[in-house]
Amino acid sequence: MNAEVGTGVTIGTLAPGFRTFLWIAFGVILAGVGLLIASRRASPHHRRRVALAGRYLLLILLAVIVLFPIYITVVDSLLKPDQVVAKPPILFPFHPQWSSYSTAWTQGHLGLYLMNSFIVTTVIVVGELATSIAAAYAFAFLEFPFKRTLFVLFLATMMVPLEVTFLTNLSTVVSLGWYNTYLGLTVPFLATGFGAFLLRQAFLGLPRDLRDAAKLDAAGHWQFLRRVVLPVARPSLAALGIFAFFSAFGQYLWPLIVTKNDRLRTVQIGLKFLANSQLNNFNVVFAGTVIAAIPLFVLLILFEKQLVRGLTAGAVKG
Amino acid sequence: MERLLAFGLLLPSLVIFGVFVFYPLIRQIYLSFFLTPPFPGEPNHYVGFSQIQQVLSSHDFLNSLWVTLLFVLFTVPTGLILGLLLAVLAHQQLAGIRFFRTVFSSTVATSVAVASVIFFTLLNPQVGLFSYLFGTQGQLSVLDNPQWALVAVSAVTVWQNLGLSFIIMSAGLQAVPDDLLEASRVDGARVWARMRHVILPMLSPTLFFAIVVGTILSLEAFGQIDILTAGGPLQHTNVLVYAIYDQVFNQDNDGRAAVMTVALFVITLVFTLVQIWLLERRVTYER
Repeated sequence: MNAEVGTGVTIGTLAPGFRTFLWIAFGVILAGVGLLIASRRASPHHRRRVALAGRYLLLILLAVIVLFPIYITVVDSLLKPDQVVAKPPILFPFHPQWSSYSTAWTQGHLGLYLMNSFIVTTVIVVGELATSIAAAYAFAFLEFPFKRTLFVLFLATMMVPLEVTFLTNLSTVVSLGWYNTYLGLTVPFLATGFGAFLLRQAFLGLPRDLRDAAKLDAAGHWQFLRRVVLPVARPSLAALGIFAFFSAFGQYLWPLIVTKNDRLRTVQIGLKFLANSQLNNFNVVFAGTVIAAIPLFVLLILFEKQLVRGLTAGAVKG
Repeated sequence: MERLLAFGLLLPSLVIFGVFVFYPLIRQIYLSFFLTPPFPGEPNHYVGFSQIQQVLSSHDFLNSLWVTLLFVLFTVPTGLILGLLLAVLAHQQLAGIRFFRTVFSSTVATSVAVASVIFFTLLNPQVGLFSYLFGTQGQLSVLDNPQWALVAVSAVTVWQNLGLSFIIMSAGLQAVPDDLLEASRVDGARVWARMRHVILPMLSPTLFFAIVVGTILSLEAFGQIDILTAGGPLQHTNVLVYAIYDQVFNQDNDGRAAVMTVALFVITLVFTLVQIWLLERRVTYER
């Protein structure tokens, strides 16, 4: 083993531009902290302004650091192949080239992969919502034997990750004839213990007198669910839906092993193959990355509140 | 009637759980007692605990366990601290703070494949931007360097999960009653004292939740390993899930893989039990 190999990074080896950035960043942090400390000594009149400036400096610097990889991905996707590898690096696309996107979309099949991802994700989200609503309704409003045991069983599924079951699930899917089909990609995820748990919590939050009205016949239950329960629980349904979309769209291990060709590959797996096949066209790889990333970014901006609710359902009140 | 309806409503979920969660779990345990024959087509034969014992004491398994542990240690505390730092900074009434909140949450929208491909390209030893910035162009890639590969993969993971960490921490902070923060401010408590004696204690359920979620995420890490290092160099990033994948698809040894999945299950179980206990406790703060 050659554990002696070092990376040889010292201040001296850092690129001049990067060294400058580090000094600036260091300066900004010092200035920010300095301003915050100074604000304690300053007269009350100046205090707030000085502290405010310090806070904004820190926030802006951190935002730049967090966003830098994403920013550079977008910039590089708009450069020509030789510009991507230019030294010193080009940090702004003055003459944006959009051809990398069409190359990634058609030659890299990203358009097809994205379509597959949307089909698979939509089926999973709709299915998961349907099974979760059904199960949560039973647990929240109906009386039946072994209720507690069955609920524990639902919770228990959260303890068995796909990373443990994928080997057997693959052979199950193969023997069902679902290998390399949409069925194979979706069916294992059509029900989750988390979904049933989250919605049960929401349904139990309904006012008591509304819940007592639920002693009804089958048709009455349907009306009660449609007219009362679902409208009231809409925020939780949205949270679960967005959360399910994020996890289904981002899946990696299962779509990797259950598909074998272009026709059914999801965009996550397609991106990996694109990165391995376009080593001389980094701009195309970056364009593919942007294409694969856009759907979730759009959803994040549109539905930030719902996503946060879904992600933190376990930490704070569900 | 009501019973029939209830079981009808539970049936779809139960079928899927039965086929894709409980059956495979039992079969994985069962399989770990059978040796996979060297040539496909021959029957598996029962060997009792001998295969389990052999795998659990094998160098490869212990290495994977160690790498997984290191990976958890590299990613979980770092992610927690950075997420908390960003959340505290973003938890103030400032013009435009919503913009910063979205920025700090943004990496939650990068899937593991997106994050890994971004850094795979940026870390390319010949042309990657990071290799240029750090002056390591033409040298061995950090991803091929036994000392640094796991650190690099961990850094990518921390960045990818930073949004999630920030979101969890922010939600926790928002649940801390404002008047409590105000009161401590009026008391003249200093920033650090406020952090230690007011914020952290109030946040402890959130911190606990973040640790559990982060640990489970790290235990299950696969995509970043597959894209960035494929378990190498010299097994230095061969975490448990990747080792299982390798046994199944490259070594064709389902028996050994089964033993390792059961081990992974037991390890994950401990952490998930804590998480479910938290869920059931339903930590609430009345405003």
